[in-house]
Amino acid sequence: MLELKHIHKYYNPGTVQEMCLFDDFNLRVEKGEFVSVVGSNGSGKTSMLNLICGSIDTDQGQICMDGKDITRQKEYKRLRNIGRVYQNPAMGTCPDMTILENLSLADHKGMFFGLQRGTNRKKEEEYKALLAQLGLGLEEKLHVKVGSLSGGQRQAMALLMSTMTPIDFLILDEHTAALDPKTADLIMELTEKIVREKKLTAIMVTHNLRYAVEYGTRLLMLHQGSAVMDIRGEEKKQLKIENILDKFNEISIECGNG
Amino acid sequence: MDFIISIIEQGLIYGILALGVYITYKILDFPDLTVDGSFPLGAAVTASLIKAGVNPWLTLPAAFLAGAAAGVCTGLIHVKGKVRDLLSGIIMMTALYTVNLMAAGTNNVPLFSQQTIFQNDFLESRFPDAVPSSVILGLIFVIAALSKILLDLYLKTKSGYLLRAVGDNENLVTALAKDKGNVKILGLSISNGLVALAGCIFCQQQNVFDISSGTGSIVIGLASVIVGTSLYRVFSRLKPFRKRNFIQVTTFVFLGAILYKACTGIAIRYFVPQSMKLISALFLLGVLVLMLVFDNAEKKKVKKHA
Repeated sequence: MLELKHIHKYYNPGTVQEMCLFDDFNLRVEKGEFVSVVGSNGSGKTSMLNLICGSIDTDQGQICMDGKDITRQKEYKRLRNIGRVYQNPAMGTCPDMTILENLSLADHKGMFFGLQRGTNRKKEEEYKALLAQLGLGLEEKLHVKVGSLSGGQRQAMALLMSTMTPIDFLILDEHTAALDPKTADLIMELTEKIVREKKLTAIMVTHNLRYAVEYGTRLLMLHQGSAVMDIRGEEKKQLKIENILDKFNEISIECGNG
Repeated sequence: MDFIISIIEQGLIYGILALGVYITYKILDFPDLTVDGSFPLGAAVTASLIKAGVNPWLTLPAAFLAGAAAGVCTGLIHVKGKVRDLLSGIIMMTALYTVNLMAAGTNNVPLFSQQTIFQNDFLESRFPDAVPSSVILGLIFVIAALSKILLDLYLKTKSGYLLRAVGDNENLVTALAKDKGNVKILGLSISNGLVALAGCIFCQQQNVFDISSGTGSIVIGLASVIVGTSLYRVFSRLKPFRKRNFIQVTTFVFLGAILYKACTGIAIRYFVPQSMKLISALFLLGVLVLMLVFDNAEKKKVKKHA
Protein backbone atom coordinates (compact mmCIF):
# COMPACT_ATOMS: atom_id res chain seq x y z
CA MET A 1 0.00 0.00 0.00
CA LEU A 2 1.26 3.42 -0.94
CA GLU A 3 0.00 6.70 0.50
CA LEU A 4 0.75 10.28 -0.44
CA LYS A 5 -0.62 12.56 2.29
CA HIS A 6 -1.03 16.31 1.95
CA ILE A 7 1.83 16.68 -0.51
CA HIS A 8 3.02 20.18 -1.37
CA LYS A 9 5.62 20.72 -4.04
CA TYR A 10 6.93 24.00 -5.43
CA TYR A 11 9.37 24.48 -8.26
CA ASN A 12 11.87 27.37 -8.19
CA PRO A 13 10.70 28.59 -4.78
CA GLY A 14 11.47 32.22 -4.01
CA THR A 15 12.02 33.24 -7.63
CA VAL A 16 9.78 34.86 -10.21
CA GLN A 17 9.39 31.46 -11.85
CA GLU A 18 7.93 30.00 -8.66
CA MET A 19 5.31 27.45 -9.56
CA CYS A 20 3.11 25.45 -7.29
CA LEU A 21 2.68 21.96 -8.65
CA PHE A 22 1.04 20.11 -5.79
CA ASP A 23 -1.08 21.88 -3.23
CA ASP A 24 -2.36 19.37 -0.72
CA PHE A 25 -2.25 16.36 -3.05
CA ASN A 26 -3.51 13.05 -1.68
CA LEU A 27 -3.37 9.59 -3.16
CA ARG A 28 -3.81 6.12 -1.77
CA VAL A 29 -2.88 3.09 -3.84
CA GLU A 30 -4.02 -0.25 -2.45
CA LYS A 31 -1.92 -3.37 -2.61
CA GLY A 32 -2.26 -5.13 -5.95
CA GLU A 33 -3.76 -2.16 -7.75
CA PHE A 34 -2.57 -1.32 -11.26
CA VAL A 35 -3.11 2.41 -11.69
CA SER A 36 -2.89 4.07 -15.10
CA VAL A 37 -2.26 7.77 -14.88
CA VAL A 38 -3.09 10.14 -17.73
CA GLY A 39 -2.97 13.91 -17.94
CA SER A 40 -1.72 16.82 -19.97
CA ASN A 41 1.88 18.02 -19.99
CA GLY A 42 2.85 19.67 -16.74
CA SER A 43 -0.01 18.09 -14.83
CA GLY A 44 2.39 16.49 -12.38
CA LYS A 45 2.41 12.87 -13.55
CA THR A 46 6.15 12.38 -13.70
CA SER A 47 6.69 14.61 -10.65
CA MET A 48 4.37 12.31 -8.71
CA LEU A 49 6.48 9.30 -9.68
CA ASN A 50 9.67 11.20 -8.82
CA LEU A 51 8.24 12.03 -5.39
CA ILE A 52 7.32 8.40 -4.78
CA CYS A 53 10.77 7.16 -5.81
CA GLY A 54 12.61 9.93 -4.00
CA SER A 55 14.23 11.44 -7.11
CA ILE A 56 12.91 14.80 -5.90
CA ASP A 57 12.10 15.93 -2.35
CA THR A 58 8.68 16.84 -1.04
CA ASP A 59 8.32 20.34 0.41
CA GLN A 60 5.56 19.30 2.78
CA GLY A 61 3.55 16.19 3.42
CA GLN A 62 4.18 12.54 3.97
CA ILE A 63 4.80 9.50 1.80
CA CYS A 64 4.09 6.12 3.33
CA MET A 65 4.83 2.72 1.94
CA ASP A 66 3.12 -0.22 3.65
CA GLY A 67 2.50 2.03 6.64
CA LYS A 68 6.16 3.07 6.92
CA ASP A 69 7.05 6.72 6.51
CA ILE A 70 9.62 6.98 3.71
CA THR A 71 9.41 10.73 3.09
CA ARG A 72 13.04 11.35 4.07
CA GLN A 73 14.45 8.06 2.85
CA LYS A 74 17.13 8.28 0.13
CA GLU A 75 16.23 7.30 -3.42
CA TYR A 76 18.53 4.30 -3.62
CA LYS A 77 17.14 2.87 -0.39
CA ARG A 78 13.54 3.22 -1.55
CA LEU A 79 14.29 1.54 -4.84
CA ARG A 80 15.16 -1.67 -3.02
CA ASN A 81 11.43 -2.31 -3.00
CA ILE A 82 10.53 -0.53 -6.22
CA GLY A 83 11.24 -1.29 -9.86
CA ARG A 84 11.16 1.61 -12.26
CA VAL A 85 11.08 1.75 -16.06
CA TYR A 86 11.67 5.07 -17.79
CA GLN A 87 10.50 6.55 -21.06
CA ASN A 88 14.05 6.48 -22.40
CA PRO A 89 15.06 2.85 -23.01
CA ALA A 90 18.70 3.82 -22.33
CA MET A 91 17.92 4.63 -18.69
CA GLY A 92 17.29 1.07 -17.56
CA THR A 93 20.32 -0.75 -18.95
CA CYS A 94 24.09 -0.41 -19.22
CA PRO A 95 24.93 0.04 -22.91
CA ASP A 96 28.59 -0.95 -22.66
CA MET A 97 27.89 -4.20 -20.85
CA THR A 98 26.56 -7.41 -22.38
CA ILE A 99 23.03 -8.76 -21.92
CA LEU A 100 24.41 -11.42 -19.59
CA GLU A 101 26.27 -8.85 -17.49
CA ASN A 102 23.21 -6.62 -17.30
CA LEU A 103 21.00 -9.48 -16.17
CA SER A 104 23.61 -10.56 -13.60
CA LEU A 105 23.61 -7.04 -12.17
CA ALA A 106 19.82 -6.89 -12.00
CA ASP A 107 19.61 -10.35 -10.48
CA HIS A 108 21.80 -9.17 -7.61
CA LYS A 109 19.72 -6.10 -6.74
CA GLY A 110 19.73 -5.13 -3.10
CA MET A 111 22.42 -7.65 -2.20
CA PHE A 112 26.07 -7.04 -1.36
CA PHE A 113 28.27 -6.55 -4.43
CA GLY A 114 31.48 -8.12 -3.22
CA LEU A 115 34.33 -10.01 -4.83
CA GLN A 116 32.29 -12.99 -5.97
CA ARG A 117 32.23 -13.81 -9.69
CA GLY A 118 30.27 -11.29 -11.73
CA THR A 119 28.31 -13.81 -13.74
CA ASN A 120 27.21 -17.21 -12.64
CA ARG A 121 27.50 -19.86 -15.37
CA LYS A 122 24.76 -21.93 -13.78
CA LYS A 123 22.30 -19.09 -14.16
CA GLU A 124 22.82 -18.70 -17.90
CA GLU A 125 20.09 -21.22 -18.75
CA GLU A 126 17.70 -19.49 -16.37
CA TYR A 127 18.42 -16.14 -18.03
CA LYS A 128 17.96 -17.65 -21.47
CA ALA A 129 14.54 -18.96 -20.46
CA LEU A 130 13.59 -15.50 -19.16
CA LEU A 131 14.72 -13.85 -22.39
CA ALA A 132 12.95 -16.46 -24.50
CA GLN A 133 9.64 -15.36 -22.95
CA LEU A 134 10.10 -11.97 -24.57
CA GLY A 135 10.05 -13.55 -28.01
CA LEU A 136 12.67 -11.11 -29.31
CA GLY A 137 15.43 -13.63 -29.92
CA LEU A 138 17.59 -12.09 -27.20
CA GLU A 139 18.36 -15.51 -25.72
CA GLU A 140 20.82 -16.06 -28.56
CA LYS A 141 22.61 -12.77 -27.87
CA LEU A 142 23.77 -13.19 -24.26
CA HIS A 143 27.25 -11.86 -25.08
CA VAL A 144 26.10 -8.91 -27.18
CA LYS A 145 26.42 -5.41 -25.75
CA VAL A 146 23.05 -3.92 -24.84
CA GLY A 147 24.00 -0.65 -26.57
CA SER A 148 23.71 -2.37 -29.94
CA LEU A 149 20.11 -3.48 -29.37
CA SER A 150 17.07 -1.60 -30.66
CA GLY A 151 14.99 0.67 -28.42
CA GLY A 152 12.24 -1.91 -28.06
CA GLN A 153 14.67 -4.68 -27.19
CA ARG A 154 16.36 -2.45 -24.63
CA GLN A 155 13.02 -1.48 -23.09
CA ALA A 156 12.06 -5.14 -22.83
CA MET A 157 15.41 -5.74 -21.12
CA ALA A 158 14.79 -2.79 -18.78
CA LEU A 159 11.36 -4.13 -17.86
CA LEU A 160 12.74 -7.60 -17.27
CA MET A 161 15.66 -6.26 -15.22
CA SER A 162 13.53 -4.02 -13.02
CA THR A 163 11.30 -6.95 -12.05
CA MET A 164 13.88 -9.74 -11.74
CA THR A 165 14.22 -9.64 -7.98
CA PRO A 166 11.23 -9.70 -5.63
CA ILE A 167 9.78 -6.19 -5.45
CA ASP A 168 6.38 -4.86 -4.41
CA PHE A 169 5.99 -1.77 -6.56
CA LEU A 170 6.49 -1.18 -10.23
CA ILE A 171 6.71 2.40 -11.49
CA LEU A 172 6.27 2.85 -15.24
CA ASP A 173 7.08 6.31 -16.55
CA GLU A 174 5.66 6.52 -20.09
CA HIS A 175 7.62 3.40 -20.80
CA THR A 176 6.08 2.79 -24.22
CA ALA A 177 6.26 6.40 -25.46
CA ALA A 178 9.56 6.06 -27.33
CA LEU A 179 8.61 2.85 -29.12
CA ASP A 180 6.87 2.13 -32.42
CA PRO A 181 3.18 1.10 -32.06
CA LYS A 182 3.79 -2.60 -32.55
CA THR A 183 6.68 -2.79 -30.10
CA ALA A 184 4.74 -0.63 -27.65
CA ASP A 185 1.87 -3.16 -27.76
CA LEU A 186 4.31 -5.97 -27.12
CA ILE A 187 5.91 -4.20 -24.15
CA MET A 188 2.44 -3.42 -22.78
CA GLU A 189 1.39 -7.09 -23.01
CA LEU A 190 4.60 -8.04 -21.27
CA THR A 191 4.03 -5.45 -18.54
CA GLU A 192 0.57 -6.81 -17.84
CA LYS A 193 1.86 -10.34 -17.67
CA ILE A 194 4.63 -9.44 -15.23
CA VAL A 195 2.36 -7.35 -13.00
CA ARG A 196 -0.20 -10.18 -12.90
CA GLU A 197 2.26 -13.01 -12.33
CA LYS A 198 4.33 -11.22 -9.70
CA LYS A 199 1.25 -9.66 -8.07
CA LEU A 200 2.84 -6.22 -8.16
CA THR A 201 1.32 -2.91 -7.24
CA ALA A 202 1.89 -0.78 -10.31
CA ILE A 203 1.60 2.86 -11.29
CA MET A 204 1.82 3.57 -15.00
CA VAL A 205 1.99 7.03 -16.50
CA THR A 206 1.00 7.04 -20.15
CA HIS A 207 -0.04 9.38 -22.93
CA ASN A 208 -1.81 6.57 -24.68
CA LEU A 209 -5.48 6.71 -23.62
CA ARG A 210 -6.14 3.29 -25.12
CA TYR A 211 -3.54 1.67 -22.84
CA ALA A 212 -4.89 3.60 -19.87
CA VAL A 213 -8.38 2.27 -20.53
CA GLU A 214 -7.46 -1.28 -21.57
CA TYR A 215 -4.89 -2.01 -18.87
CA GLY A 216 -4.95 -1.59 -15.16
CA THR A 217 -7.56 -1.75 -12.45
CA ARG A 218 -7.81 1.98 -11.85
CA LEU A 219 -7.55 5.12 -13.92
CA LEU A 220 -6.38 8.47 -12.64
CA MET A 221 -6.50 11.69 -14.62
CA LEU A 222 -4.28 14.44 -13.32
CA HIS A 223 -4.63 18.10 -14.09
CA GLN A 224 -2.64 20.93 -12.53
CA GLY A 225 -1.54 18.86 -9.60
CA SER A 226 -4.82 17.24 -8.65
CA ALA A 227 -6.82 14.20 -9.67
CA VAL A 228 -9.77 15.28 -11.81
CA MET A 229 -10.88 11.74 -12.48
CA ASP A 230 -10.42 8.58 -10.44
CA ILE A 231 -12.16 5.47 -11.75
CA ARG A 232 -11.81 1.97 -10.34
CA GLY A 233 -13.48 -1.38 -9.82
CA GLU A 234 -16.44 -2.38 -12.02
CA GLU A 235 -16.65 1.09 -13.49
CA LYS A 236 -13.05 0.83 -14.72
CA LYS A 237 -13.76 -2.52 -16.35
CA GLN A 238 -16.68 -1.05 -18.33
CA LEU A 239 -14.77 2.08 -19.23
CA LYS A 240 -14.46 3.10 -22.90
CA ILE A 241 -12.12 5.71 -24.35
CA GLU A 242 -15.13 7.86 -25.30
CA ASN A 243 -16.00 8.18 -21.62
CA ILE A 244 -12.80 9.96 -20.76
CA LEU A 245 -12.04 11.67 -24.04
CA ASP A 246 -14.26 14.69 -23.41
CA LYS A 247 -12.72 15.38 -20.06
CA PHE A 248 -9.24 14.84 -21.46
CA ASN A 249 -9.83 17.24 -24.35
CA GLU A 250 -11.17 19.81 -21.95
CA ILE A 251 -8.02 19.85 -19.80
CA SER A 252 -5.71 19.56 -22.81
CA ILE A 253 -7.20 22.59 -24.54
CA GLU A 254 -6.84 24.55 -21.35
CA CYS A 255 -3.12 23.83 -21.49
CA GLY A 256 -2.85 24.69 -25.16
CA ASN A 257 -2.23 21.12 -26.22
CA GLY A 258 -5.42 20.76 -28.19
CA MET B 1 69.74 -2.15 -26.13
CA ASP B 2 69.91 -0.23 -22.87
CA PHE B 3 67.87 2.45 -24.53
CA ILE B 4 65.07 0.01 -25.38
CA ILE B 5 65.16 -1.60 -21.92
CA SER B 6 64.91 1.79 -20.27
CA ILE B 7 61.92 2.70 -22.45
CA ILE B 8 60.12 -0.53 -21.57
CA GLU B 9 60.93 -0.07 -17.87
CA GLN B 10 59.51 3.44 -17.93
CA GLY B 11 56.57 2.32 -20.03
CA LEU B 12 55.67 -0.45 -17.59
CA ILE B 13 55.93 1.85 -14.57
CA TYR B 14 53.79 4.52 -16.20
CA GLY B 15 51.55 1.70 -17.46
CA ILE B 16 50.53 1.01 -13.85
CA LEU B 17 49.69 4.71 -13.53
CA ALA B 18 47.75 4.47 -16.79
CA LEU B 19 45.73 1.53 -15.37
CA GLY B 20 44.60 3.90 -12.63
CA VAL B 21 43.76 6.63 -15.11
CA TYR B 22 41.90 4.04 -17.21
CA ILE B 23 39.58 3.36 -14.25
CA THR B 24 38.66 7.01 -13.76
CA TYR B 25 38.78 8.29 -17.33
CA LYS B 26 37.32 5.34 -19.21
CA ILE B 27 35.28 3.36 -16.68
CA LEU B 28 34.02 6.04 -14.28
CA ASP B 29 34.02 8.85 -16.86
CA PHE B 30 35.61 11.06 -14.19
CA PRO B 31 38.47 13.38 -15.24
CA ASP B 32 40.57 12.91 -12.11
CA LEU B 33 43.48 15.32 -11.67
CA THR B 34 44.37 13.89 -8.24
CA VAL B 35 46.88 11.79 -10.19
CA ASP B 36 49.43 14.63 -10.29
CA GLY B 37 49.45 14.54 -6.50
CA SER B 38 48.98 10.85 -5.78
CA PHE B 39 51.88 9.76 -8.02
CA PRO B 40 54.47 11.70 -5.97
CA LEU B 41 52.50 10.74 -2.82
CA GLY B 42 53.39 7.12 -3.51
CA ALA B 43 56.99 8.19 -4.04
CA ALA B 44 57.10 10.33 -0.89
CA VAL B 45 55.67 7.56 1.30
CA THR B 46 58.17 5.13 -0.21
CA ALA B 47 61.15 7.44 0.29
CA SER B 48 60.33 8.15 3.91
CA LEU B 49 59.70 4.47 4.70
CA ILE B 50 62.92 3.40 3.02
CA LYS B 51 64.84 6.10 4.91
CA ALA B 52 63.35 4.71 8.11
CA GLY B 53 64.75 1.29 7.20
CA VAL B 54 61.49 -0.46 6.37
CA ASN B 55 61.66 -3.49 4.06
CA PRO B 56 61.36 -2.00 0.56
CA TRP B 57 58.75 -4.56 -0.49
CA LEU B 58 56.43 -3.25 2.20
CA THR B 59 56.49 0.17 0.54
CA LEU B 60 54.38 -1.23 -2.31
CA PRO B 61 51.21 -1.90 -0.27
CA ALA B 62 51.91 1.19 1.85
CA ALA B 63 52.05 3.43 -1.23
CA PHE B 64 48.91 1.79 -2.64
CA LEU B 65 47.01 2.46 0.58
CA ALA B 66 48.23 6.07 0.75
CA GLY B 67 47.06 6.64 -2.83
CA ALA B 68 43.76 4.92 -2.11
CA ALA B 69 43.23 7.25 0.85
CA ALA B 70 43.88 10.26 -1.40
CA GLY B 71 41.34 8.86 -3.87
CA VAL B 72 38.77 8.47 -1.10
CA CYS B 73 39.31 12.14 -0.19
CA THR B 74 38.74 13.25 -3.80
CA GLY B 75 35.63 11.08 -3.86
CA LEU B 76 34.29 12.52 -0.62
CA ILE B 77 34.87 16.08 -1.84
CA HIS B 78 32.99 15.28 -5.04
CA VAL B 79 30.18 13.11 -3.66
CA LYS B 80 29.50 14.55 -0.21
CA GLY B 81 30.70 18.10 -0.89
CA LYS B 82 28.99 18.16 -4.29
CA VAL B 83 32.08 19.78 -5.86
CA ARG B 84 32.50 19.25 -9.60
CA ASP B 85 34.71 16.32 -10.62
CA LEU B 86 37.47 18.39 -12.21
CA LEU B 87 37.62 20.77 -9.23
CA SER B 88 37.68 17.98 -6.64
CA GLY B 89 40.78 16.60 -8.33
CA ILE B 90 42.45 20.00 -8.50
CA ILE B 91 41.76 20.64 -4.82
CA MET B 92 43.25 17.29 -3.81
CA MET B 93 46.21 17.69 -6.17
CA THR B 94 47.04 21.04 -4.61
CA ALA B 95 46.61 19.79 -1.05
CA LEU B 96 48.73 16.72 -1.73
CA TYR B 97 51.72 18.89 -2.71
CA THR B 98 52.08 19.93 0.92
CA VAL B 99 51.28 16.46 2.19
CA ASN B 100 54.03 15.06 -0.05
CA LEU B 101 56.57 17.62 1.17
CA MET B 102 55.70 16.79 4.76
CA ALA B 103 55.80 13.03 4.19
CA ALA B 104 59.22 13.19 2.50
CA GLY B 105 60.53 15.95 4.78
CA THR B 106 62.10 17.86 1.90
CA ASN B 107 61.58 18.29 -1.83
CA ASN B 108 64.39 15.93 -2.84
CA VAL B 109 65.32 12.67 -1.11
CA PRO B 110 68.20 10.67 -2.66
CA LEU B 111 68.03 6.91 -2.02
CA PHE B 112 71.34 5.82 -3.60
CA SER B 113 72.77 4.24 -0.48
CA GLN B 114 69.48 2.74 0.67
CA GLN B 115 67.88 -0.65 0.26
CA THR B 116 65.24 -0.66 -2.47
CA ILE B 117 63.47 -3.46 -4.32
CA PHE B 118 66.07 -3.04 -7.09
CA GLN B 119 69.21 -2.79 -4.94
CA ASN B 120 69.39 -4.75 -1.71
CA ASP B 121 71.55 -7.26 0.10
CA PHE B 122 69.85 -10.21 -1.53
CA LEU B 123 70.29 -8.95 -5.10
CA GLU B 124 73.87 -7.83 -4.38
CA SER B 125 74.80 -11.26 -3.05
CA ARG B 126 73.49 -12.82 -6.28
CA PHE B 127 75.01 -10.20 -8.57
CA PRO B 128 78.18 -8.89 -6.88
CA ASP B 129 79.19 -6.61 -9.80
CA ALA B 130 75.97 -4.80 -10.55
CA VAL B 131 72.32 -5.83 -10.78
CA PRO B 132 71.75 -6.45 -14.52
CA SER B 133 69.12 -4.27 -16.11
CA SER B 134 67.24 -7.39 -17.25
CA VAL B 135 66.60 -8.32 -13.61
CA ILE B 136 65.26 -4.85 -12.87
CA LEU B 137 63.08 -5.00 -15.97
CA GLY B 138 61.90 -8.47 -14.89
CA LEU B 139 60.91 -7.22 -11.43
CA ILE B 140 59.00 -4.27 -12.89
CA PHE B 141 57.32 -6.57 -15.39
CA VAL B 142 56.14 -8.94 -12.64
CA ILE B 143 54.67 -6.08 -10.57
CA ALA B 144 53.03 -4.55 -13.64
CA ALA B 145 51.62 -7.90 -14.78
CA LEU B 146 50.27 -8.66 -11.29
CA SER B 147 48.57 -5.25 -11.11
CA LYS B 148 47.00 -5.79 -14.52
CA ILE B 149 45.80 -9.33 -13.79
CA LEU B 150 44.35 -8.35 -10.41
CA LEU B 151 42.53 -5.40 -11.97
CA ASP B 152 41.18 -7.61 -14.79
CA LEU B 153 39.94 -10.13 -12.24
CA TYR B 154 38.42 -7.40 -10.10
CA LEU B 155 36.48 -5.96 -13.04
CA LYS B 156 34.85 -9.38 -13.46
CA THR B 157 33.51 -9.51 -9.90
CA LYS B 158 30.13 -8.21 -8.74
CA SER B 159 31.83 -5.16 -7.27
CA GLY B 160 33.69 -4.61 -10.55
CA TYR B 161 30.43 -4.87 -12.49
CA LEU B 162 28.94 -2.18 -10.29
CA LEU B 163 31.98 0.04 -10.93
CA ARG B 164 31.53 -0.36 -14.68
CA ALA B 165 27.81 0.27 -14.35
CA VAL B 166 28.25 3.56 -12.49
CA GLY B 167 30.27 5.01 -15.37
CA ASP B 168 28.00 3.52 -17.99
CA ASN B 169 24.61 4.45 -16.50
CA GLU B 170 24.65 5.64 -12.90
CA ASN B 171 20.89 5.64 -12.89
CA LEU B 172 20.94 1.85 -13.00
CA VAL B 173 23.15 1.69 -9.91
CA THR B 174 20.49 3.64 -7.99
CA ALA B 175 17.88 1.27 -9.39
CA LEU B 176 19.91 -1.62 -7.96
CA ALA B 177 19.42 -0.01 -4.53
CA LYS B 178 23.10 0.96 -4.30
CA ASP B 179 24.51 4.37 -3.42
CA LYS B 180 26.26 5.50 -6.61
CA GLY B 181 28.41 7.94 -4.60
CA ASN B 182 30.04 5.11 -2.66
CA VAL B 183 30.79 3.22 -5.86
CA LYS B 184 32.49 6.30 -7.31
CA ILE B 185 34.56 6.72 -4.14
CA LEU B 186 35.61 3.08 -4.37
CA GLY B 187 36.66 3.53 -8.00
CA LEU B 188 38.66 6.66 -7.24
CA SER B 189 40.45 4.92 -4.39
CA ILE B 190 41.49 1.91 -6.50
CA SER B 191 42.58 4.25 -9.28
CA ASN B 192 44.73 6.46 -7.08
CA GLY B 193 46.09 3.42 -5.27
CA LEU B 194 47.46 2.16 -8.58
CA VAL B 195 48.84 5.61 -9.41
CA ALA B 196 50.65 5.80 -6.07
CA LEU B 197 52.00 2.28 -6.62
CA ALA B 198 53.50 3.51 -9.89
CA GLY B 199 55.03 6.45 -7.99
CA CYS B 200 56.51 4.00 -5.46
CA ILE B 201 58.23 1.93 -8.14
CA PHE B 202 59.32 5.01 -10.08
CA CYS B 203 61.02 6.45 -7.01
CA GLN B 204 62.90 3.21 -6.28
CA GLN B 205 63.94 2.77 -9.89
CA GLN B 206 65.21 6.36 -10.10
CA ASN B 207 66.74 6.07 -6.62
CA VAL B 208 65.38 9.47 -5.72
CA PHE B 209 62.19 11.14 -4.60
CA ASP B 210 61.54 14.48 -6.23
CA ILE B 211 58.52 16.62 -5.47
CA SER B 212 58.24 17.63 -9.13
CA SER B 213 58.09 14.01 -10.36
CA GLY B 214 54.29 14.16 -10.41
CA THR B 215 53.98 17.21 -12.61
CA GLY B 216 52.39 16.20 -15.87
CA SER B 217 51.81 12.57 -14.87
CA ILE B 218 48.08 12.90 -15.58
CA VAL B 219 49.01 13.90 -19.14
CA ILE B 220 51.18 10.82 -19.55
CA GLY B 221 48.40 8.69 -18.08
CA LEU B 222 45.71 10.13 -20.30
CA ALA B 223 47.89 9.88 -23.40
CA SER B 224 48.68 6.24 -22.63
CA VAL B 225 45.02 5.41 -22.10
CA ILE B 226 43.95 7.18 -25.30
CA VAL B 227 46.71 5.59 -27.39
CA GLY B 228 46.07 2.20 -25.78
CA THR B 229 42.30 2.17 -26.18
CA SER B 230 42.63 3.46 -29.77
CA LEU B 231 44.94 0.58 -30.59
CA TYR B 232 42.51 -1.79 -28.90
CA ARG B 233 39.69 -0.57 -31.11
CA VAL B 234 41.74 -1.10 -34.26
CA PHE B 235 42.91 -4.48 -33.04
CA SER B 236 39.48 -5.76 -32.04
CA ARG B 237 38.18 -5.03 -35.53
CA LEU B 238 40.90 -6.99 -37.29
CA LYS B 239 39.37 -10.06 -38.91
CA PRO B 240 40.92 -12.89 -36.87
CA PHE B 241 40.18 -11.17 -33.56
CA ARG B 242 36.70 -9.90 -34.25
CA LYS B 243 34.94 -12.88 -32.70
CA ARG B 244 36.85 -13.13 -29.48
CA ASN B 245 39.11 -10.59 -27.82
CA PHE B 246 41.60 -12.72 -25.96
CA ILE B 247 43.81 -9.70 -25.29
CA GLN B 248 42.37 -7.35 -22.69
CA VAL B 249 42.11 -3.61 -23.13
CA THR B 250 44.30 -3.21 -20.03
CA THR B 251 47.18 -4.83 -21.94
CA PHE B 252 46.77 -2.17 -24.59
CA VAL B 253 46.91 0.52 -21.92
CA PHE B 254 50.41 -0.75 -21.09
CA LEU B 255 51.27 -0.79 -24.78
CA GLY B 256 50.07 2.81 -25.02
CA ALA B 257 52.31 3.81 -22.10
CA ILE B 258 55.34 2.07 -23.66
CA LEU B 259 54.72 3.74 -27.02
CA TYR B 260 54.33 7.12 -25.38
CA LYS B 261 57.54 6.64 -23.42
CA ALA B 262 59.31 5.48 -26.58
CA CYS B 263 58.22 8.66 -28.25
CA THR B 264 59.60 10.88 -25.49
CA GLY B 265 62.74 8.74 -25.32
CA ILE B 266 63.39 9.14 -29.02
CA ALA B 267 62.74 12.85 -28.75
CA ILE B 268 65.37 13.26 -26.05
CA ARG B 269 67.93 10.99 -27.71
CA TYR B 270 67.69 11.98 -31.35
CA PHE B 271 66.40 15.54 -31.22
CA VAL B 272 67.13 18.49 -28.95
CA PRO B 273 65.83 17.62 -25.45
CA GLN B 274 63.63 20.71 -25.48
CA SER B 275 61.58 19.16 -28.28
CA MET B 276 60.30 16.34 -26.00
CA LYS B 277 56.97 17.88 -25.08
CA LEU B 278 56.28 19.08 -28.63
CA ILE B 279 57.00 15.65 -30.07
CA SER B 280 54.79 13.97 -27.42
CA ALA B 281 51.98 16.34 -28.25
CA LEU B 282 52.35 15.70 -31.98
CA PHE B 283 52.41 11.95 -31.34
CA LEU B 284 49.14 12.09 -29.40
CA LEU B 285 47.56 14.32 -32.04
CA GLY B 286 48.76 11.93 -34.73
CA VAL B 287 47.11 8.96 -33.01
CA LEU B 288 43.83 10.86 -32.63
CA VAL B 289 43.82 11.90 -36.31
CA LEU B 290 44.69 8.37 -37.42
CA MET B 291 41.76 7.05 -35.37
CA LEU B 292 39.45 9.52 -37.11
CA VAL B 293 40.67 8.29 -40.50
CA PHE B 294 40.25 4.69 -39.35
CA ASP B 295 36.70 5.29 -38.10
CA ASN B 296 35.71 6.98 -41.35
CA ALA B 297 37.13 4.09 -43.37
CA GLU B 298 35.14 1.64 -41.21
CA LYS B 299 31.96 3.63 -41.75
CA LYS B 300 32.48 3.55 -45.51
CA LYS B 301 32.96 -0.19 -45.36
CA VAL B 302 29.68 -0.59 -43.51
CA LYS B 303 27.91 1.56 -46.10
CA LYS B 304 29.27 -0.58 -48.92
CA HIS B 305 27.91 -3.72 -47.25
CA ALA B 306 24.54 -2.10 -46.85
